[in-house]
Amino acid sequence: MTGGEGGSDPRGDAAREVPRHSTVRSLLRLRPYVRPVAWRLVCSALVAVTASCLSLLIPLVLKHLVDGPVRHHDPSGVWLGGALVLLLGLAEAGLFGVRRWLVARPMAALEARMRGELYHRLQRLPVAFHDRWGSGQLLSRGTNDLQIVRMFLTFPLIFLVVNSTTVVVGFVILFFQRWTLGLVLLAPVVPLVTLCTYFESRYSVATRRAQDQIGDLTTLVEESVLGIRIIKAFGRHRSQARAFQRQSQELRGTELFKAGLLANLWGMMTSLPDVALGSALVFGCVQVAHGTLSSGTLVAFLTTGLALRWPVESLGWLLSISNEAATAVDRFFDVMDTAPPADDGTGAAPAAGPADGIRFEAVRFRYPDAPEGTPDLLTGVDLHVRSGETMALVGATGCGKTSLTALLPRLYEATGGRITLDGADSAAMSRSQLRSLVATAFEEPTLFSATVRENVLMGAPQAGEEELLRALRTAQCGFVHDLPQGVDTQVGEQGLSLSGGQRQRLALARAVVGDPRFLVLDDPLSALDVHTEALVEAALREVLATTTALVVAHRPSTVQLADRVALLSDDGRITAVGTHRELLETNEEYRWLMSGADERSAA
Amino acid sequence: MASVTEQPADERQEPVADGGPADPFDRDALPAPPGASRALLRDLTRPYRGRIWLAAILLVVQQAAAQSGPLIVALAIDHAIPALARHDAGPLVAVAVAYIGCAVAGGVLQRVFIRRSAVIGQSVLLELRGRIFRHAQSLGLDFHERYTSGRIIARATSDVEAIRELITEGMQELLNVGLSVLYISGVLVVLDWKLGLVALVTGVPLAFTVRRFRRRSKLVYTRRSAAMASVIVRFSETMNGIRPVQAFRREESNDEEFAALNRVHRTSNGDAILEMGRFTVSSWLIANTSLALVVLWGAYRVASGSLELGVLAAFVLYLRRLYEPIDPLGMFLNSWQSAAASLEKIAGLLAQIPSVPEPAAPRTLPQRASGRPGRAVEFAGVRFAYRTGGEVLPRFDLALPAGQTVAVVGATGAGKSTLAKLLCRFYDPTEGAVTLDGVDLRDLAVPELRRGVVMVTQESFLFSGTVAENIALGDPDATAEDVVAAARAIGAHEFITALPEGYDTDVRKRGGRISAGQRQLVAFARALLADPAVLILDEATSSLDVPGEQAVQRAMRTVLHGRTAVIIAHRLSTVEIADRVLVMDAGRVVEDGSPDRLVLGDGRFAGLHTAWRDSLV
Repeated sequence: MTGGEGGSDPRGDAAREVPRHSTVRSLLRLRPYVRPVAWRLVCSALVAVTASCLSLLIPLVLKHLVDGPVRHHDPSGVWLGGALVLLLGLAEAGLFGVRRWLVARPMAALEARMRGELYHRLQRLPVAFHDRWGSGQLLSRGTNDLQIVRMFLTFPLIFLVVNSTTVVVGFVILFFQRWTLGLVLLAPVVPLVTLCTYFESRYSVATRRAQDQIGDLTTLVEESVLGIRIIKAFGRHRSQARAFQRQSQELRGTELFKAGLLANLWGMMTSLPDVALGSALVFGCVQVAHGTLSSGTLVAFLTTGLALRWPVESLGWLLSISNEAATAVDRFFDVMDTAPPADDGTGAAPAAGPADGIRFEAVRFRYPDAPEGTPDLLTGVDLHVRSGETMALVGATGCGKTSLTALLPRLYEATGGRITLDGADSAAMSRSQLRSLVATAFEEPTLFSATVRENVLMGAPQAGEEELLRALRTAQCGFVHDLPQGVDTQVGEQGLSLSGGQRQRLALARAVVGDPRFLVLDDPLSALDVHTEALVEAALREVLATTTALVVAHRPSTVQLADRVALLSDDGRITAVGTHRELLETNEEYRWLMSGADERSAA
Repeated sequence: MASVTEQPADERQEPVADGGPADPFDRDALPAPPGASRALLRDLTRPYRGRIWLAAILLVVQQAAAQSGPLIVALAIDHAIPALARHDAGPLVAVAVAYIGCAVAGGVLQRVFIRRSAVIGQSVLLELRGRIFRHAQSLGLDFHERYTSGRIIARATSDVEAIRELITEGMQELLNVGLSVLYISGVLVVLDWKLGLVALVTGVPLAFTVRRFRRRSKLVYTRRSAAMASVIVRFSETMNGIRPVQAFRREESNDEEFAALNRVHRTSNGDAILEMGRFTVSSWLIANTSLALVVLWGAYRVASGSLELGVLAAFVLYLRRLYEPIDPLGMFLNSWQSAAASLEKIAGLLAQIPSVPEPAAPRTLPQRASGRPGRAVEFAGVRFAYRTGGEVLPRFDLALPAGQTVAVVGATGAGKSTLAKLLCRFYDPTEGAVTLDGVDLRDLAVPELRRGVVMVTQESFLFSGTVAENIALGDPDATAEDVVAAARAIGAHEFITALPEGYDTDVRKRGGRISAGQRQLVAFARALLADPAVLILDEATSSLDVPGEQAVQRAMRTVLHGRTAVIIAHRLSTVEIADRVLVMDAGRVVEDGSPDRLVLGDGRFAGLHTAWRDSLV
């Protein structure tokens, strides 16, 4: 495998790590998906084989026509033969149609089913999995790869069966006609098979390399568009273009290498069978001249031989497609083989225990892909957020505040300790139960291509108009009423683009709608100007008064929202809890985080 | 042949957001002038015209060799066998040499052709990819803000891929088909023009079938690709937003919505396969009927002695070959259809005119008089409005002397960012000019411009590669020491050295998790390294905590010394290092003065400042 040793690049090319199965073994993994439509595939193959055999019969009819009615100048026999050829031809065409009809809808359904299952699985795989796999890699699996699989099952697979059968049957017919001539035609099979094997091994490596290079190229394009402001701000578009040019040139090299392999294979595939056919022609002519072979047989023999040309030639092409399909299947199962985390919840509603708030008890955490030898990010967090209380979480940049909040709805699993909500162990709850209790406003506000209403009500599907408007008011989203269609305006990638501050406020509205029992706000006001920030704060206080909340804060103004503050230190522990005033007076680190090291000069 | 200029129907299904006249940017395909895609194709292939002709000739000869088999068979049966019976082996030897010679030549030429055409095809693709990339990069920010990133990515990847398929597989297929049809038809007519005519007449209904297929399949394929586009959008949106998806338990309802999109795609997908089937069946019906007619009439004539057996044999052999390419033809029409649509979309992108073009005759900035790094900035009679008409900045004049640090404050939407974007030439003013030491920004080539002005934005995007590479983007010639020095100056050195591989940590790999605040520090270090005369900071500290922001400000005091700087911030802490404050409202500068003077007044700034002081500790 290319880059097998590299092995450590988990993002763009996670698939490179996976050991490659043999083509057949990979394809056999499709069994569960193919089973429901297996009989159609079999019928389709049978129909195709029949059609092929019909076309092989045509030369035989021709032979009888030549050796019989034509030689004996029997026009009525000619009519019969002609009618037979017509009948066979029409039947052949009809069977082509039947074959298509048998598989068209089921194969489209199979592709859709596989895509649906992939989507289903991906949604349920942990966030840590998504951290490792670029969305582009997942998308190409859900689209391109599945199309390749569907196409393979619809045509090449059947052709593979049919053409092999045709070749075998054709040779049987040839042998029956004249086995000596048949042997001559059979001669190129050994070199061709050897050639194909050699080709297959080298071509699949080159194909994979080309796919990876296309992936790298895609990444470069993606980044150059997403980072366009930075590139423009530093005038770096020429060096970007150079990098792009270099990578596309590498891809061109690989493609030319592939073309070279293909050229050799096709050249041989064209020449060898024809050379054999030429030899058969010469031998046949000698035999006819000696009277040991009828000219009709020779015509039929050569017709059959020529009819076999396409099936033989096509085998090379079919091999390379099977190869691609096998790679696609491997890539699909790369994802499907990843088991979703077991949901260890009992399913029972958490005991409506005393309103105890949130408790972190000796919680430890490290990212599952953290390199060995690095210390844990969280090394025993103990914290109690009392019911109805708002706790600010303060700590230096990069100390793990965001990671800690992600443990609450179990986007990541704590590697040690436990977290309880109102006394119930969050690990014992099912994820969906847990997440129905906890609402989060993320640091990076993501809006989906949907209306404002749908985006906000994601947090509480059962909430009504009243609650929607209240949440929008709380988050100071008055601007939505000025949008072309108000709350029914399409936003997100496919709709109206909103500013960072507007998106942040909508994400906040999404978190507070429907009065969640527990609320997590990750630096919810960073993109707002002072004026708006003050308005949001005032409105948020109302919401926070009735929920238990954990608020990541970078600044004093955000801390003002909280009843108490917890200080997360660089060593991954909570080192102090208290009110803002208390901590300012007693805690050196906190003072530093909130007011900086500088002696504040009177501005 | 299909016309390249035919425009695919709109692929979007969602209603246009503003409900007004459809904005072309809401569509997948931008409008291209008529004939643009054809012109693009001509332009791309121009340098290879000679080689294309050579390849075509190669193919003609190759086809001649490859298709001569049945002809030789006819000669062998009609001449070599009787001669051999007369003990004259000469004709048979000639037949043997001719057949095997043709076989070998066919293979060799095939090999040469594939190699040569691959070089041509790949060179065209290389050029096309490069053009798309360079053009997308040269287009202004106004374009990028309206045209979603996903579409540009699609243009440079899946659309190029569609054309690649056509070039590498389809084109040869088509040439092969065309040539063998021509060649075989010619041979047939020469062999026996009556039978040949029967075979050729078959071409008429076949042509109709092809036309009908093209018309119908286009509808089906457009439907299918639109369905696919919605599937893709939903898919990637879910994966990119997996945190909110899981946190808000969207999995079930997403499954349902995805299933609906998937179902639409499934139906159109099935339709497409069936459409192709309809084409194959009708073509084969026509082809096989014609074959039977030829056999019938030919056999009849052989029986009556007016046609030689060998000719009939050759006819039957050739006819089967003539119709062999029906399936490949269908596939070719498919790839042609999608490649034509893709080319159209690419041409639409390339037809976009950069709103911020590079100067034809660039000027250079004058030598700095004082030896200080800063330069003077002037907005002279500048007015800015979006092309759609909304005026953001009414006409104004503003001069920033060299070396001054200016803070711009004001509410969201006051026009602060637009001012910054004009200054770093992300946009050009609708009227008036922005000058740097008296030189219009529009007259500066990009490298010169970026030695002059650099902007650090709120965005914290990191490129794949190491942390050091991300910083070095500011100055590709910088040494490792320069990079470290810049990181140290801004207070990023500590967190970078704490990463698993320090400056060599790949930001996209394990352990490369870098928080939003840390990303902003990297962006600052990058700007320091660029060492510009004018530095613009647009909300560049929004995700930093207080100590981080203060470290940056400490560094700024030294870094900005003598430089011209424009700082935009919501938080007034930044203002402390400014010499001058501009307060903006509704696109106008409403207050202008030193911070000390403004604080003492009773204007907006004084109010903002009081509110900000109250929000502190």
